Amino acid sequence: MDERNFTYMFYGFAVVWLCLIAYVVSLAAREKRLRQQLDGLKKLMEDRAK
Amino acid sequence: MRERFMILFSGFAAVLLVRNLYVMLVKLPDEAAQGAIFRIIFFHVPAAWTAFLGFFAAFVCSILYLAKRNLRYDAVSMAATEVGLAFAAGNLISGMIWGRIIWGIWWTWDPRLTSMLICWLLYAGYLMLRRAVEEPSQRARISAVLSIFAFVDVPIVFFSIKWWRTQHPQPVVWGGGAMDSSYWNMLFLNWVPLILIAVVLILIRLRQEEAQREIDAVRRWAHAL
Repeated sequence: MDERNFTYMFYGFAVVWLCLIAYVVSLAAREKRLRQQLDGLKKLMEDRAK
Repeated sequence: MRERFMILFSGFAAVLLVRNLYVMLVKLPDEAAQGAIFRIIFFHVPAAWTAFLGFFAAFVCSILYLAKRNLRYDAVSMAATEVGLAFAAGNLISGMIWGRIIWGIWWTWDPRLTSMLICWLLYAGYLMLRRAVEEPSQRARISAVLSIFAFVDVPIVFFSIKWWRTQHPQPVVWGGGAMDSSYWNMLFLNWVPLILIAVVLILIRLRQEEAQREIDAVRRWAHAL
């Protein structure tokens, strides 16, 4: 098996997963922002209740 | 219920991927002309098909939004576009890596490559447009129109290798390309986990969008009090 051919095959496999992982990371960041918004909202509601 | 589906789909996709990787790396022989690099096809092509499925779902949901004005269709359209874009990026970059070995170049302004890049840019523009418009129903309407317009490029990408003389090989599914049956089977078998992953990602993104809408509604209500 040609060494360079095999290395680039690995890069080709990896890049598809890297794109998906990058998207999953962006989803996780959005989830974190949502939690922060929810916490802020809870605080706002508590302040209003007082 | 949705959570269970997501766990089930993810588990099945993981098992299938491990099995497929074993078969494609250990069991399948090297392709006669290209050697090991040809195995990129098992991710390169299914990634494109998955992206096109996502864009098609976005196209259908955009039409449904314009017909029914239900924001849920807009949310599905957005989620499917985002996930499709991630798969399209994987397709484009893995194609460049394949091209580097087989053609000796990273990129060429060939009709297939160019139309796919335009497709990616159109859908990236769709997501940028969504960020620029604040009002939800206006954003949904404009986005739906752009999504329908962008989908026109998908058949152009698909048929580009038939309509024009290109450096890109002929389609393996139907057309001048030919492959051994074991490669065929692996191509379709590896598409299954990618579809399952896409469905899970769309469901996660959809849940986030629903949560965001609820938070915005409660915030408006709290401020109105």
